[in-house]
Amino acid sequence: MKRVGIEVSIAIAEAAALAEVEVVSAYPITPQTHIVEHLAELVANGELNAEFITVESEHTAMSAALGASLAGARAFTSTSSQGLALMNEIVYITSSMRAPVVMALANRSLSAPISIWNDHSDVMNERDTGWISIFANNGQEAYDLTFMAFKIGEHPNVLLPVMINFDGFILTHVIEPVWMFDKEEVKDFLPPYEHPYKLDVDRPTSHGPVGLPDIYTEAKKQQEEAIRNSRKIIDAVWDEFAERFGRRYRAVEEYYADDAEIVLLTQGSVTEAAQVVVDEMRKRGKKWGVVELRLWRPFPFEDLKKVLCNNNIKCVVVLDRAISFGGQLGIVMSEVRSALYHEKNKPMVVGVTAGLGGRDIRFDEYVKMYEIGEKCLKEEKEPDKVIIVGLRE
Amino acid sequence: MVEIRFHGRGGQGAVTSAEILALAVIEEGRYAQAFPAFGAERRGAPVLAFTRISDEPIKIRIGIYEPDIVVVLDPTLLKSVPVFSGLKDNGLAVINTNKGAEEIRKIEGAKGTLVLVDATKIALEELGVPITNVVMLGALLKGKPELAKMELVEKFIAERFPKLAEQEIKAFRRAYEEARVEG
Repeated sequence: MKRVGIEVSIAIAEAAALAEVEVVSAYPITPQTHIVEHLAELVANGELNAEFITVESEHTAMSAALGASLAGARAFTSTSSQGLALMNEIVYITSSMRAPVVMALANRSLSAPISIWNDHSDVMNERDTGWISIFANNGQEAYDLTFMAFKIGEHPNVLLPVMINFDGFILTHVIEPVWMFDKEEVKDFLPPYEHPYKLDVDRPTSHGPVGLPDIYTEAKKQQEEAIRNSRKIIDAVWDEFAERFGRRYRAVEEYYADDAEIVLLTQGSVTEAAQVVVDEMRKRGKKWGVVELRLWRPFPFEDLKKVLCNNNIKCVVVLDRAISFGGQLGIVMSEVRSALYHEKNKPMVVGVTAGLGGRDIRFDEYVKMYEIGEKCLKEEKEPDKVIIVGLRE
Repeated sequence: MVEIRFHGRGGQGAVTSAEILALAVIEEGRYAQAFPAFGAERRGAPVLAFTRISDEPIKIRIGIYEPDIVVVLDPTLLKSVPVFSGLKDNGLAVINTNKGAEEIRKIEGAKGTLVLVDATKIALEELGVPITNVVMLGALLKGKPELAKMELVEKFIAERFPKLAEQEIKAFRRAYEEARVEG
């Protein structure tokens, strides 16, 4: 392993190259562009033996990746925001056809108004497409998780696509230190990709034909079981990685959760910022902590209950980075609240949102989120809807 | 932690300044972040780039609003952009100018220690173009030598400009020599 200063986008492209992807099918879109640019360079320079398919749209990018994956090639794509939205039809089909495509998703807000900046509205819009979905909160994690995504998705007991989420610009455009592998170090970590039912002219199979009403329900039930069962493999891959390379990843990450009265629940790069706030405010006597929901799908119900219902946490403030209009607003908040519904010693669940469309979340705004939790506890009132922090009124 | 804000114009390479400095620090085994002001960039328009430097891993990722150091790559920005905005009172302002400290102090909001260098002149003489990104790093290190090691900065200048390495490094060293630190 070598520690290098590198733009996070380039590190993510290098993670795909380290996995020796065979097909890259992608369309450039801000802030993801540097990832596919770098892969195109590697292919053009002969450093990566892959087919780089330049396509006319993201819809085709995902279609080609799906076809390649079913034909037995390790396939990768990367996009953001409108690109993902345009892909949507095939995103759903890719998981339903059990093609282990890996997608690096540089999270960006959705239009309108047009915004090229970061929030999580793109990934939340795809919540129910059946992909394994994982959040990285810094460059190192984006690199490691992208590399491991192939091993998870391609496992014969999984065969599902995996998306790795990392905040657009906030991570993609930053140069920072990343420990990067030599090929030799990881060559036996990632086995060759073998799809058991691949498209093969000598052994013909049909994929994705019509599912009449007598079979569709069963197909969906199987798909649901597959993603639920993927959890064992996700843990096993992350454990093996930790044992071999020393960096450990968990479905739910804790920071002072076992000694906190209020925790902020986060996803992505806000996690470390919240940790800095907690460090500072613990010096001032605040028993605050951070819980990171790294694994978004499959949802880690048991892990989350164990961490949040530990008897000392009285309130969990969930920071949503996207809005569900006309609902409770907070998508993550609703899920966390419902996951804890049956627990006897559950904490109060309060939803906040901030950092939409690339707005910075400043130190005092994190403090404000915890203070909202304090106020709700004091008033013994759990708000139905998410409170928008940093809103100009 | 030291937070630095670079002011330049699109095409002058402010982002490159921020990056070379960060790469030199990371190479030393310490921690750094470099990032541009996120968004669309246009040649000639005022742009920002940022570097954070620390002995510990850096966890914050928001913009830099109260920098310890500002670096101004283009003298014309002094008239149009509030370059001293948010600068800490005991901060450092590294400015490309052919004017004296007295004149710079007259700028609204001017504060901190000034490091002045005629970077445009050095760039024109050494490189033949008024691109001051590397030159200003020389002045920056004159003002705050502990930020990064000269030889590592030179290593990454050479990597970034393989064809112009000799000239760029000469311009960088000349700025280090010629920059004036004015209490």
